[in-house]
Amino acid sequence: MSILGTRVVRTEDPRLLTAGGTYTDDLRLPELARALRVTFVRSPVAHAEITGIDAKTALDSPGVVAVLTAADADDLPPAAGRPTTEPLLAADRVRYVGEPVAIVLTEDSYQGEDAAELVSVDYQPLAAVVGVDAALADESLLFPAAGSNVLRSGGDPAPDGAFAGCDVVVQRTFPNQRVAPVPLEVRAAAATWADGRLTLWASTQNAQQARDQVAGALGLDAAAVRVITPDVGGGFGAKIATDRDTIVVAWAARRLGRPLRWVETRNENLLGMVHGRAQRHTITIGGSRDGRILAYHLDIIQDSGAYPRGGTFLPGLTQLMASGVYDLAYCGAAFRSVLTTTTPIGAYRGAGRPEATAAIERAVDLFAAEIGMDPAEVRRRNVVAPEAFPYTTASGAVYDTGDYAAALDAVLAGAGYAGLRAEQARRRALSRQGQGGPAQLGIGLASYVEITAGDYSDGETSRVVVDATGAATVYTGSSPHGQGHQTAFAMLVTDQLGIPMDRITVIHGDTDQVPHGVGTYGSRSLQLGGTAVHQAAIQVKDQAREVAAGMIEASAADLELDTASGTWQVRGDPETALSWAAVAAQAGPDGLSAEVDFRAASPTFPFGAHLAVVEVDTQTGKATLIRHVTVDDAGKVLNPVLAEGQRHGGIAQGAAQALLEEVRYDAEGNPLTSTLADYAAITATELPSFELLAMETPTSVNALGVKGIGEAGTIGATPAVLNAVIDAVAHLGVRHIDMPATPQRIWAAINEAKGSV
Amino acid sequence: MVNGAPVAAEVEDRTLLVHFVRETAGLTATNVGCDTTSCGACTVLLDGESVKSCTVLAAQADGRQVTTVEGLAGPGGELHPMQRAFRAEHGLQCGFCTPGMVMASVSLLQENPHPTEAEVRAGLEGNLCRCTGYHNIVRAVLAAAELEVTGSAGPAEERAS
Repeated sequence: MSILGTRVVRTEDPRLLTAGGTYTDDLRLPELARALRVTFVRSPVAHAEITGIDAKTALDSPGVVAVLTAADADDLPPAAGRPTTEPLLAADRVRYVGEPVAIVLTEDSYQGEDAAELVSVDYQPLAAVVGVDAALADESLLFPAAGSNVLRSGGDPAPDGAFAGCDVVVQRTFPNQRVAPVPLEVRAAAATWADGRLTLWASTQNAQQARDQVAGALGLDAAAVRVITPDVGGGFGAKIATDRDTIVVAWAARRLGRPLRWVETRNENLLGMVHGRAQRHTITIGGSRDGRILAYHLDIIQDSGAYPRGGTFLPGLTQLMASGVYDLAYCGAAFRSVLTTTTPIGAYRGAGRPEATAAIERAVDLFAAEIGMDPAEVRRRNVVAPEAFPYTTASGAVYDTGDYAAALDAVLAGAGYAGLRAEQARRRALSRQGQGGPAQLGIGLASYVEITAGDYSDGETSRVVVDATGAATVYTGSSPHGQGHQTAFAMLVTDQLGIPMDRITVIHGDTDQVPHGVGTYGSRSLQLGGTAVHQAAIQVKDQAREVAAGMIEASAADLELDTASGTWQVRGDPETALSWAAVAAQAGPDGLSAEVDFRAASPTFPFGAHLAVVEVDTQTGKATLIRHVTVDDAGKVLNPVLAEGQRHGGIAQGAAQALLEEVRYDAEGNPLTSTLADYAAITATELPSFELLAMETPTSVNALGVKGIGEAGTIGATPAVLNAVIDAVAHLGVRHIDMPATPQRIWAAINEAKGSV
Repeated sequence: MVNGAPVAAEVEDRTLLVHFVRETAGLTATNVGCDTTSCGACTVLLDGESVKSCTVLAAQADGRQVTTVEGLAGPGGELHPMQRAFRAEHGLQCGFCTPGMVMASVSLLQENPHPTEAEVRAGLEGNLCRCTGYHNIVRAVLAAAELEVTGSAGPAEERAS
């Protein structure tokens, strides 16, 4: 029986549970023994011209070796010619609170914190640009040479007549608020130079992309940079490649000729690491009173923050996935991406797709409420039919496989939908009679489809080696930061080769050992990196068959690999058995080895349905998530333990956006949520245990039949939980509440609805 | 004493216990995840009770017993029941919150050997995890309670007299 699809506990865990991981700031290497500590001086104002920097006092502070500013960066290649180019250290202007302005290099980190406060920077304030309306007004420009705060736009408004045949048209504008990724390990790096070559340790989701980025910024050949990824304490998209802070550390180490190390504080992390989401949506949805949705348009305004990072591509992904799971006669989308004097926006778990799902799943509920139909029934009547796959959407996405109605029906059955509605009705009836408690029940649905491995054509690399001891080593360009690659990829090898899991090593995140690779993001690892490992293992097996045939003097076609014992033999003749060690030794000094760069022909489209149950205290406005039932169909499941873990984490982050989390600024661009005391990262008390249902609809895009699972939970959970909150108070006349649905917002919505009755 | 071994050093007044443990004692499993005593990644046991070591001065630990996750397994390396439960229930992913989460969980069961799910969730409210959604962490703590963690002798249960 194959190990694939079985519950295998992680091989990563004993080390993490006893010695702890070795994250970047845990490195105790001799090369870093003399390392100075880097502390950033960051802008305390949202928008200003820098008119002077005085580091004299700081330089006299204990332990300070140097203070570097943009003026010292005369050894760097000129930045790209675009007017919106992001500098490494701000030179003449700052554009968000937290922007790097200078660095202080000290013997220890406490000295760095002291000295950074002594660097005196003169700021001539400029008008802050907070929120998309201020950006679109173009009164204060972040980049005067660009002539506008609008970074990019695309798509089209709904054409005349798109909604002409509809009985009912609902339009609504609401935010998909800015949130913070909050990996528990903040950003960190260490750098040392020897013989003109940089070694950079960095907390990143992909060493190879980080290497190319750093080499480009410093004007070096990629071969002159080695990036090593130690253990990484979570990324969620925000650690894709690297960013200016890490590049500054690498540059400064060369400038000083000393090894350097840097780890930011959480406060810096909440200001300096990219934020996610930050879109405003205007949905227009129309259809007939019998529940058929005929037309849908999504207008997106993306707040990009101060520089063009995620703002350049995120709204395009939202646009691509705008129609969700629905078969619509008309679907269109348009976007504008604008610059504001706030932290730049980047990828965060789902990256453009959760926004699309949140918009249309809210729209469908608004439509259902308008025609007075059960939202489950509206969904059932409009989803793409199972026989319609592959299904091409209006935006050009080709959904590979799916059964959206089956996923919906599974969560309805799993949750006991009819019973929940009955309990909801009972509580409402009691409430009307002035009896019962204040807790009303809300049931929220979301059906979703998302795109994973969107950059399928970039593929992923793998090399599988079996050495003369019979052990296997997997080199992968994929780059885990909690997902469990060591377990998953070893399962793929043992499945093919019969080499035991404990004799398989997985190596990643070192550009000298894995020069070519793409990394882990966009739910791509198993379908691209895993398929590459699978293929390389098969190639090794094919090589071994030939070698073993020569050793036994038998026909290769007559040989079999007994995967239970991990031996080669003539079929049915155990006396001819050869171990992997013997075959690999015979193959040559390098053993058996195969290298694969797997490029998929298309992305995959996981799908599912989420049902959230909340209780809302109608007196205080507090919403409590009490159940969350999901189907997250990502094709074949390699290891249910790992897949469920991905779903759990995704659900929590999705629910967090619906209920709690929001990065906020005041009108002057001062951040109001720059510590974990202020930013409401979700805790164990705010979540229930989750009820996961199994469903596997394989894809034909790769040999394993797998899609991505890393982001699905986030995508489904946010709209399901928000819809549940609104459903809980719908009988009071509430149609919509903006995220996050905090007690204050819910309470206000209830009272506003009362006032309007 | 850190994990049963004496560690002596002159430190600045302001040195935090977490930095003493990481830099002076050289035990890097205990992590720093925030600067506001919010995340619990730095949780260790001080005289057997969980504390956030980012909010304790090293000087306050003078003459007391500090236990980190490195000191939790038995002398032969056998995993503490809480460590076993975290592994069996997949209660960790990236591993960064894990040392603090495990120590907080050990402390939780010492105070309440047979908690309900709600009590586990309340007990871990001061420890953030961004990967697991807490689902399997809660299951691990409940499973460890079933293993009667508190009945097993281990460094975590040693209290300074």
